[in-house]
Amino acid sequence: MSTLLTITWLIPTITALLILFIPKDNHMGVKWLCLFSTALNLALVIYLTIAFQASVAEIGTGADGSQIKLHWTQVVQWIPMMNIEYRIGVDGLSILMMLLTSLIIFCGVLASWGVKEQAKEFFILLMVLVAGVFGVFISFDLFTFFVFYEVAVLPMYMLIGIWGTGNKEYAAMKLTLMLVAGSSLILGGMMGLYYASGLDTFNMLELAKPGLYSASFQQWAFPVLFIGFGVLGALFPFHTWSPDGHASAPTAVSMLHAGVLMKLGGYGCLRVAMYILPEGCMYWKDLFLVLVTFNVVYGAWGAIKQTDLKYITAYSSVSHCGFVLFGLMALTFIGVQGAMLQMISHGLMTGLFFALIGMIYGRTHTRIVNDMGGLLKNMPFLGVSFIIAGLAGLGLPGLSGFVAEATIFVGSFANTGMLNRVCTFLAILSIIITAIYVLRAANAMLNGPLDEKYAHLTDATFVERIPVILLLIALFGMGIAPGWIIKLMEGAVAPMVNNILRSVV
Amino acid sequence: METFFTTNSWVILLMPFLVFLVNGLFLGKRSWRAAAYFAVACMSVAFFFAIKIAIGFFSHVHEHSYIKGWEIEWLRFASADILGFDLVANVGMLLDPISIMMLVVVTAISVLVNIYSIGYMKEDPSAGRFFSLLSLFSFSMLGLVSSTNIFQMFVFWELVGASSYLLIGFWYHKPSAVSASKKAFIVTRFADAFFLAGIIAVSYFTQTFDFIELNKLATVETLNRYAFLGFGTVNVLTVGTLLIFAGGWGKSAMFPLHIWLPDAMEGPTPVSSIIHSATMVVAGIYLTARLFPLFSHSPLTMDVVAYVGAFTALFAAVIAVTQNDIKRILAFSTLSQLGYMLFSLGVSKMVVEEGGAINSLGYSASMFHVFTHAAFKCMLFLIAGQVIHVVHSNNIWDMGGLRKKMPFTYVSCLIACLAIGGIWPFAGFWSKDEIILASLQGGHTVIFAIGLFVGGLTAFYMFRLFFVTFHGESRKELHHVHEDPFMTFPIVVLAIPSAVGGYFAKDLFHHAFVPNMPLHIHELSHPHWLPWVATSMGLSGIILAYFFFGRNKFTQASSIAKAMGPLHTVIENKFYFDEFYLFMTHKVAFRFVAAPIKWFDRKIVDGVMNLTGFLLHAGGAIVRFLQTGQVQMYLSVMILGLLYFCYRVF
Repeated sequence: MSTLLTITWLIPTITALLILFIPKDNHMGVKWLCLFSTALNLALVIYLTIAFQASVAEIGTGADGSQIKLHWTQVVQWIPMMNIEYRIGVDGLSILMMLLTSLIIFCGVLASWGVKEQAKEFFILLMVLVAGVFGVFISFDLFTFFVFYEVAVLPMYMLIGIWGTGNKEYAAMKLTLMLVAGSSLILGGMMGLYYASGLDTFNMLELAKPGLYSASFQQWAFPVLFIGFGVLGALFPFHTWSPDGHASAPTAVSMLHAGVLMKLGGYGCLRVAMYILPEGCMYWKDLFLVLVTFNVVYGAWGAIKQTDLKYITAYSSVSHCGFVLFGLMALTFIGVQGAMLQMISHGLMTGLFFALIGMIYGRTHTRIVNDMGGLLKNMPFLGVSFIIAGLAGLGLPGLSGFVAEATIFVGSFANTGMLNRVCTFLAILSIIITAIYVLRAANAMLNGPLDEKYAHLTDATFVERIPVILLLIALFGMGIAPGWIIKLMEGAVAPMVNNILRSVV
Repeated sequence: METFFTTNSWVILLMPFLVFLVNGLFLGKRSWRAAAYFAVACMSVAFFFAIKIAIGFFSHVHEHSYIKGWEIEWLRFASADILGFDLVANVGMLLDPISIMMLVVVTAISVLVNIYSIGYMKEDPSAGRFFSLLSLFSFSMLGLVSSTNIFQMFVFWELVGASSYLLIGFWYHKPSAVSASKKAFIVTRFADAFFLAGIIAVSYFTQTFDFIELNKLATVETLNRYAFLGFGTVNVLTVGTLLIFAGGWGKSAMFPLHIWLPDAMEGPTPVSSIIHSATMVVAGIYLTARLFPLFSHSPLTMDVVAYVGAFTALFAAVIAVTQNDIKRILAFSTLSQLGYMLFSLGVSKMVVEEGGAINSLGYSASMFHVFTHAAFKCMLFLIAGQVIHVVHSNNIWDMGGLRKKMPFTYVSCLIACLAIGGIWPFAGFWSKDEIILASLQGGHTVIFAIGLFVGGLTAFYMFRLFFVTFHGESRKELHHVHEDPFMTFPIVVLAIPSAVGGYFAKDLFHHAFVPNMPLHIHELSHPHWLPWVATSMGLSGIILAYFFFGRNKFTQASSIAKAMGPLHTVIENKFYFDEFYLFMTHKVAFRFVAAPIKWFDRKIVDGVMNLTGFLLHAGGAIVRFLQTGQVQMYLSVMILGLLYFCYRVF
């Protein structure tokens, strides 16, 4: 089984290498190969998820203990000098994130069916990026984790800089520099952990054992790591790469970036910063709580006045990813659980949003909502899907967003701190603002009289419908039957939260 | 009594949902007629189940106060093995007098409105979509009224909001419909945010969402024990119930959140009919009734409920007198009637010195009024739709003289107007009389006076509508005036409960509709003069309306309107509330919050980031050089590393 885990990131890597041998003008060959490999990956991850449930039934979830219970671990010595290992395994959280990743990339390949310019290089980079994401989710050695993290983050520079639109060089440079700045913080924090623990290991589970670090170390290392990952999770005020980056990125890249890559931020914040440095977390909790509440409310307000569809979605991502961090900073089991649910929900929803925006932009050649209007008439499929995605965004029950947000609110209120309660109310009130910007955008774009110049446009093609339908099914599935996701996640979240809360008592 | 129908009560929810899916995905595009018949058939099955449950329940009403038809776990927030307590949101169906009554009302009205729509929507190219969305609306409302717990109610509550958004904006090419749908959704959403906050606050302290548990005395004691956010004397019970009530405040369009309801008429008329009678607006009343035992322990909450209701009843009735759009008049009359239902709940308070006795007359009267109002208000909107269909205008001054051309509609409208005007022995009389009596017994003299006065006002503006529309001379050239059988049938059917429903149902409501809490019902005096006074208020309203509008000369009316001058203008413009909200959102919130935030984010936050970048950039080309060099290096190193790695792993 652990070999299969490795194969999840080897498939895209090998695909990237194979693409090198496909002639440059054979677009379709490249696309079919990528489609095949992502489909294979999706099937593999689905199989792993099912097998994981059986494995859980056998050896337990770890919900009771304070140690993360890893399944299918494998350790290979990598750099003996620093005792760096290729240490892999999965728990309920990582398996779900892998499921999300493989679904989004499969849909992403289908959504980039129209890429013609330098398709070969585009798909190579896309595959490298995905390989990195898979690697992050299975790594439990901090160094390997970081290497994969960088592999996932860096191709973005070229993907946006070359295939992007608008002010793409600026956006790509800005995004890369900000994320690399975050990475350097992570690297610094990581090295700090390695030396301060004195264990001569990068094994995350070992590093998280209590009593390893002095209080002062925890106090400076926590913000370094939390902000380092927070940059990718769009933590205010380090979120400004997101609007420009998303606006310039091509469809599949936006999908993958907002859908999966931003999740690495929240994932890292929990898995590394909070899990390993609980006392530091407790020390800084008020500051970060205020910042992430700002994220939630400010992102929503910021979206209202935007007119470019991608900017609207980018700001809504700031707000929704703010919910991820907000759930984490609730510092309760339910809140953290909600944050993880929100990562999945937001991944599916933003993936769908960017896919639809790409398809609509491909027809109207504008992303300014006020220039459109009445599109529901000749694009019923795309229009209805956009409305459903929007309703998921504003947290309509029956779709995934509500399950996650409700859990976050319940969890955040369960923290009895006065500040937490006030912030919870502010966050709850932000759902009104969300409704305003979602409906403004949807109405301006889809409703009203149809403009003459768009009268000839047609609805989604067969290839375009597949990813949309898949993502819609996932949105509805998670919204209607969230039970099994919660069940899988419980066992993974409980030990981490126990470790964080243990430092209080 | 558990029967086949109660254990299979899920059929009531399945039917409309099935219609939504089948019509939305398949039937709607192919044949709208097939979609319509499918909807009518399925809703009839649901209605049959509801009726069977009602007969079974009310014939054994003293055996138990509720039945849980079925219940399954839906969303688990906390499990005992991890956190030491369970917090689970279930989905199920709670069958008790009020939910069964609503199931019957919603399914019956859905069937009738679907039949009506066959006639109304026959020329609309997207009728198939209509018959899909209408069932989604019914589904949401049925789920809402049969919720076993407050979380499930919130879920369906939001679905009601979303389906009303889709239906009000059904004609999405019409800008007015689009903005009305947005307004309805956002205003109710505003209230829902508070509702959600209330649910979360209350459930944190009680660790349950279940209605039966929440309504227990133990819950009240628990909630009374905690101060809210540490603010001294304000306890969770008061704040929690007020927050929860806020949800109902918005959904039932109580002042000052009433602004969405009059605009909601931009949707097709059958939609208005179903919104105003059975789905959506009574949800707020229903929520208050559902948590009545909990609410009744907080005097402040009960007073808020009573006074908000009474004020809205008066406020909306005053506006209704001046309106000229037939649907708008009906919309304001709905607001006013909802006010009645709400203050009726608010006035039935605890009589502490009687040893915790409660006067539950207001509770049963409120539910009674929900029932009778559903019949005559649905009917009035259907009539309005039929009239509009013929006249092609919403303005009552374009109508006139329709009495001879539309005889069925004319008689039905008379019955409905008598019913809403509270004239003996029509349905509205019985329920409204009890509501006014309850406010008198509750000792709320002001509310009692408002109730009586608005009763007269209601009769006045309804008969103004009636006389102007149906009497006098025709004021517009009309061709092809006919009454479509599909549209006439539901109106005639609804005329029966509007006429005699009150008389036959009053004993049932009096005995079976009591709050599910330990009660010592305290018989209070029933003054015999009250029904006479109430009826004479209604009659004088009718007589006045006849004097002003019944004789085809409107000189007195317009001279009074002129004499009132600016006051009339203010009322006619609905006290400028729409303009006020527009100002608050566009001019204040968007311009002074959203726009500055946009600017701040782009210029200040991003500016600082760009400045940092610029400084680094200016610092030396080395940085840039290393940057690009690194990426390529990464790739080549990666491939090498990969090969080495494969060698080690396999």
